[in-house]
Amino acid sequence: MVIDCKHVWDHISAYLDNDLAPEILKQVQEHLDHCEICSAILDSTRNILILTADERVFELPLGFSERLHARLDAEIRGMASSPPEGS
Amino acid sequence: MNAQPAAPASSAGKEALRIASILAGNTHEFHDLIRPHERSAYVMALSMLKNEADAEEVVQEAFLKAFRNLNSFRAESRFSTWLMSITLNEARNRLRHRNIIKIESLDHPPGDQENISPALLRDWREIPSETLERMEVRQILRRAIADLPPIYREVFVLRDVQELSVIEAAESLGISVASVKVRLHRARIMMQKMLAPQLKQFNPKRRWFSWL
Repeated sequence: MVIDCKHVWDHISAYLDNDLAPEILKQVQEHLDHCEICSAILDSTRNILILTADERVFELPLGFSERLHARLDAEIRGMASSPPEGS
Repeated sequence: MNAQPAAPASSAGKEALRIASILAGNTHEFHDLIRPHERSAYVMALSMLKNEADAEEVVQEAFLKAFRNLNSFRAESRFSTWLMSITLNEARNRLRHRNIIKIESLDHPPGDQENISPALLRDWREIPSETLERMEVRQILRRAIADLPPIYREVFVLRDVQELSVIEAAESLGISVASVKVRLHRARIMMQKMLAPQLKQFNPKRRWFSWL
């Protein structure tokens, strides 16, 4: 069966996740082999997901971890009825 | 009959032991328990609140809540997704107080029925990861994520920023795997539509001209 571009777009996400049923995968693959537009859409989407997963996109603010643990520490010590400090 | 999990060396097994130890009184171990999850909680909070100071505060509140409620954590779920769902709730509450989102946007995502089309391109030259050294590229990516409607943004951040599995994303959000897949698909197409035209200009081919 021949499927059109719009039909292929419905499967982009599942295609990238290797989550397509074999018969649909075959149809999509055949379409991609001949359609440069759908191939470019797929490649750009894949490329974008590689970029968004890169740790450099979001940076923790300076001192974030120190402030978090200081606050947790205050809470933990406040809650302890007897100071646990052993080691 | 075998009550003990078979993989004691796994990180989940270590986590379970640590949680038991904290509940038994070794409360200082909570610091190490949450350390691997700080970053993902912050990224989620920031993506939702779009403000660094608010995001930081929300993470602190969420982790304090996790500490206070650690005894309600059930070992059959993952600690990471439990913590993430607490962070998500904190962030949503903060948003509600700020009145930034309208209530209906939670139940009826905008344009849920309409088709979303990707940006049409004739060819795509790969944007290599080194391009992220440029601050403007990082900003473009963050802005696109921030511009996704909330229900798509949540799924996208869990799956395509933090790289959780579809099942973990579903657990964190308390929704079905099928819903995660539908939302994820739409989010990815929206991202492609927003980003492909913008990112094209960072094609490495253009570097030739940049120093002329």
